[in-house]
Order: sequence, then C-alpha cells, then structure tokens
Amino acid sequence: MMDQLISLLTDYTFQVVALGTGFLGLLSGVIGTYATIRGESLLGDALSHAALPGIAIGFLLIGRKEWVVLMLGAAASGLAATALIQWMSRKRVVKFDSALSLILSSFFGLGLVLLTHIQGSANANQAGLDTFIYGQASAMLIQDVQTIAGIGAVLLLVVGLFWKEFKAYTFDPVFTQTLGFSGTLLEFLLSGMMVVVIILGLESVGVILMSALVVGPSVAARQWSDRLSGVMGLSGLFGFLSGVIGTTLSSIGHQIPTGPTIVVVLSIFVMASLLFAPKRGLLMKQLEQKKRKQKYAQQLQTRKEANEYVG
Amino acid sequence: MLVEIRLIAVIVAVACALPGVFLVLRSLTMMSDAITHTVLLGIVLAFFITQDLNSPLLMIGATLMGVATVWLIETLQRTKLLGNDTAIGIVFPLFFSIAIILITRYAGDVHLDADSVLMGELAFAPFRRLTLFGMDLGPKSLWTMSVILALNAAFIGVFYKELKLTTFDPAFAAAVGFSPALLHYGLMTLVSLTAVGAYDSVGSILVVGFMVGPALTGYLLTNRLKQMIGIAVLAAVINSLIGIELAFLLDTSLAGMAAVVTGVTCLLAFLFSPEKGWIKKAALRRKQKREFYTWLEKEGIH
Repeated sequence: MMDQLISLLTDYTFQVVALGTGFLGLLSGVIGTYATIRGESLLGDALSHAALPGIAIGFLLIGRKEWVVLMLGAAASGLAATALIQWMSRKRVVKFDSALSLILSSFFGLGLVLLTHIQGSANANQAGLDTFIYGQASAMLIQDVQTIAGIGAVLLLVVGLFWKEFKAYTFDPVFTQTLGFSGTLLEFLLSGMMVVVIILGLESVGVILMSALVVGPSVAARQWSDRLSGVMGLSGLFGFLSGVIGTTLSSIGHQIPTGPTIVVVLSIFVMASLLFAPKRGLLMKQLEQKKRKQKYAQQLQTRKEANEYVG
Repeated sequence: MLVEIRLIAVIVAVACALPGVFLVLRSLTMMSDAITHTVLLGIVLAFFITQDLNSPLLMIGATLMGVATVWLIETLQRTKLLGNDTAIGIVFPLFFSIAIILITRYAGDVHLDADSVLMGELAFAPFRRLTLFGMDLGPKSLWTMSVILALNAAFIGVFYKELKLTTFDPAFAAAVGFSPALLHYGLMTLVSLTAVGAYDSVGSILVVGFMVGPALTGYLLTNRLKQMIGIAVLAAVINSLIGIELAFLLDTSLAGMAAVVTGVTCLLAFLFSPEKGWIKKAALRRKQKREFYTWLEKEGIH
C-alpha cells in the first residue's frame, strides 16, 4: 500500500494533475469567498453554464479548436450573462434567483443550439459537450498547470492590490459608493475575476465541479474564522487540499473519475467544518448547550438549598 | 410524427410552466435547478436496485431523490451557518458527483447515458412508444407528461387558495392552521416528478428554463396570480412551438432552441412590460430627473 502511494506521488502525470487541480481549488476558494459573502454563490453555477455559447461561437469564428479563442469566447459569454443578470435584478424588478435561472438555461440552450449546428446533427450527445460538463482532469498537461498558475498569480495580485476596496464593497456596497469608489468598476472587477476562474477550470474539471469549487471552500472556511483574511486563506487551503487529495484518491482507485472525487472530498471538508468547527460547529453547539443546562440545574439546586437553610 | 413532437413539446412546456409560477414567486428556482441535477443520482440508485432501465421504479426513485435533495438543502439552511443559495450549491454538486462516480465505476458498460439524462432529445421521443396489449398507443413520453400535466393542474386547481396564501403570507397561513410545509413539499415533489418526466424529452438542464421562463414572463406582465398562470401557459405554448419551428429550420437541438426562445420572450417582456418594463421605467426615471432639476432651479439651489 505504501509502495503504491509512493510510486503514485512520484508519477509525473499524477503530479501535474494534482498540482493543476490544487491550484484551481486554491484560486476558486479565494475568488469564491467574495461571492459567498455577498450571497451570490450560485453565480458561479450560472456562469459555468453560460460559458457554453461563447465556446461554440469561438469555434464557429475560427473553424478549429484553438484553446485561447474558445476561452476568450467563454469569457465574453460569461461576462454578457453576468451583465444581463445584474441588469435584470439590480433594480429589484426580477428576483436574483429568477434572473440566474433564466439566463443560465437560455444561454445553455443557445450553446446547445450552436453546438448541434456545428456538429451537423440534431443529437446533442457528443464528446465536446461531455468534457464541458464533466471535465477531463486526468488529461491535464504541464502547460495547463502553468497557465493556471500564471493567470492565478495575476488574479491573486489583483485581490491583494484592491484588498480594501473589495472588502468594503463586499460588505457594504452602498457605503463604498458614497466614499467615491465606482460601483460599476468594482462590480466588473469582481465578476471578471469570477469569470476568469471559471473559464480556467472549465476545460479541466467541467461545469459542475467549478460550481462546487467556487462555493465549497469558503463555506468550510467561514466556520473556522470571522475575519475576511482568515476565511480567504483557509478557503484557498481547503480548495488546494481538495484538489490534491481528490486526485490522489481517484488515482489509487480503479476507474474513478477525478473531478467528481474532488467534489466529494470538498463536501467532506464542508460537512466536517459544519459539524466540528469550534464556536460555530453544530457539535460544539450541542456540547455548549449541555454544559449550560448542567450549570443552570446546579444553580437551581444551590438556590433551593440556600432557601431551605434560611427557611 | 412531426405532430407528435410538437404535441409532446407543448405538453412538456405547459406541465413545467404550472409549478414554475410558484417557484418564481417563492424564489425557489435555483432549488429546482438543483433537483434537475440530482435526479440523476436517483435514477442511478434505482437502476442498481432494479437492473432494469425501463422500470417505473426509476422514475419513483428519481422523484424521491429530488425530495430528499430539498430536505437536505433545507436542513442545511436551518443551521444558519451558511446562506440559502450556498446550501444549494453544496448539496447538488455532491449528489451529482456521486452519481457520476457510480455510473463510471459500476455502470460503464451499461447504456445508462448521463448525457441523455441531462440533455435528452425531443427528436427521439416519438421512437420510444408505449405498447399495451400489442397496440401502439403513441410515444411513451406523451403519456407520461400528460399524466404529469394533469397532476400539476389538479394540484394547483385543488389547492389554489392554499398555494396563494402560503406563497404570499406563509406566517399568516400557518397561524390560521394551514401547513405551509406540507404544501411546500407537495409542490417540490411535483417539481421533481416533472423534472424526471421531462428529462426524456428536453433533458434536465433545460427543464429549469421551461419552468422559470414562462412564469417569469407572466410575472413581468401582471400582478394578479390567475393572470400570471394564464400568461405562463400561453407563453409556454408559444415558446415551444416557435422553438420547434426554428429548430427544424436551422437543423439544431429542439429543446435548446425552445430554451433560447423562452429567454427571448422573457427579455421582451422585461423591456416592454406596461408596468414593470425597463423602457417605461427608464423613461420615468428621466422624467423624474428633469422634474427634480427643475425644482432645484426654482428653489435657487445649484
């Protein structure tokens, strides 16, 4: 067993995939924290689905599978979707979740239409769509990891540079705007970062996994810390660990897909955090309540005895 | 056969639009999105038990899975440790991933195609026929969805007042003795059932569009519940018919096109709605701005 583990850890392909998904997890965790705090967790889900038509249009424009163009198309489509969602829901005419669902399905439908048109058949089941939904983490190359690391570094730099502005805008957008900061610009930057992260991950781990990676780590992290820096740091850590451990487990096992395994590992982190975290954890709360009950019972008993004595 | 496709499409659209009205009003649309993803796990688990792809147990299992999803999400929401949307974003990827792992690991050689669950294909629906006593009674999905449509309509018809009350004032409803929880789970069970029934023809991911789109169009065009339901049904019919025609014309995915048309009608409603439309509101905002500046000048404020 130990030998198997060691030979796995020194295997080049494994290292590439583990590092790649680890970095992806780290990035998603950090960027996703903003969305979670603002209550826009499912924006990642909607954006992941909304990227499909962009990919199809990119392919239509240049006629072949050039990665950069496809990703740019996906980004454009994702940003368009975000803009539409914000436009519809900002003035409260349409509720946020309704806007999300509508844009999600319309854009995805458009993607399907374009894809089936490209494939020349009316059947939507083809390999391209498969990798879009489930990803192909095991097919990661060192170039992919380098791309993720490179773009990731830029994103983290942006987070660092605008730390105070993002923090203020996330917790109190109206106040931040009264201070003179441009709400539109900050909104654009935040959404933009989200879109970039999702596009990065789409090719390797697919739509469903990206939705999970953007939400999960920050939820788990939130149970352990009350400070934004703490939550964000832990979020990145949980994301990274999920990627590495998930890849390890799926490689050890037989015929287990990598992406879904990472989600399961991440979910375990989330459940464990919800249950066992100090202060907020459900288990802790139960124990605290028990202790309090005992304390009151004791106090009551002491009072009773005191009254009897004085009696 | 073309007639059958159109018929199935319209029935699916209307069957989805009916519960969709209440999903939109109760802000449960993303919950239903989660359900459409998790029914896959229900189908997989039911398949493991029955080993039969055509067993009706598959449908029951999937529906139960949908309800279980709602229950788990709400349990998480009740802990107050995470936001409402966040709970949804935790549960459905987990269930979906488990389903994918199970399929890849144990059913890889069986023809349980996750794609067809997610995307479906309306064009193939007429080929899966329901034969009873050797008689061809038409496409299976036509019958399944018709029954589901009838169930949805019956539910809304019988519980109209209760649904209306619990949607707009759940606290009061509980105070007078109704059970909002019961109605809620009743509604979500129907949503589950509809999603499962529709996956055969339009695929799970697009079911959300069919549920939300027409209802949202109705929401934008009126303030009365009865009219909203009526407009939703009308929009559902129009969207699906136009979608199918365009799809035939461009030789492309039927359900996908219907989803696109649904989005377009919603957008049109959003822009041109007489009361809530963006165009009207933008004009109103401009007018208010002008009046305010005029008043400012009059008061001598600069």
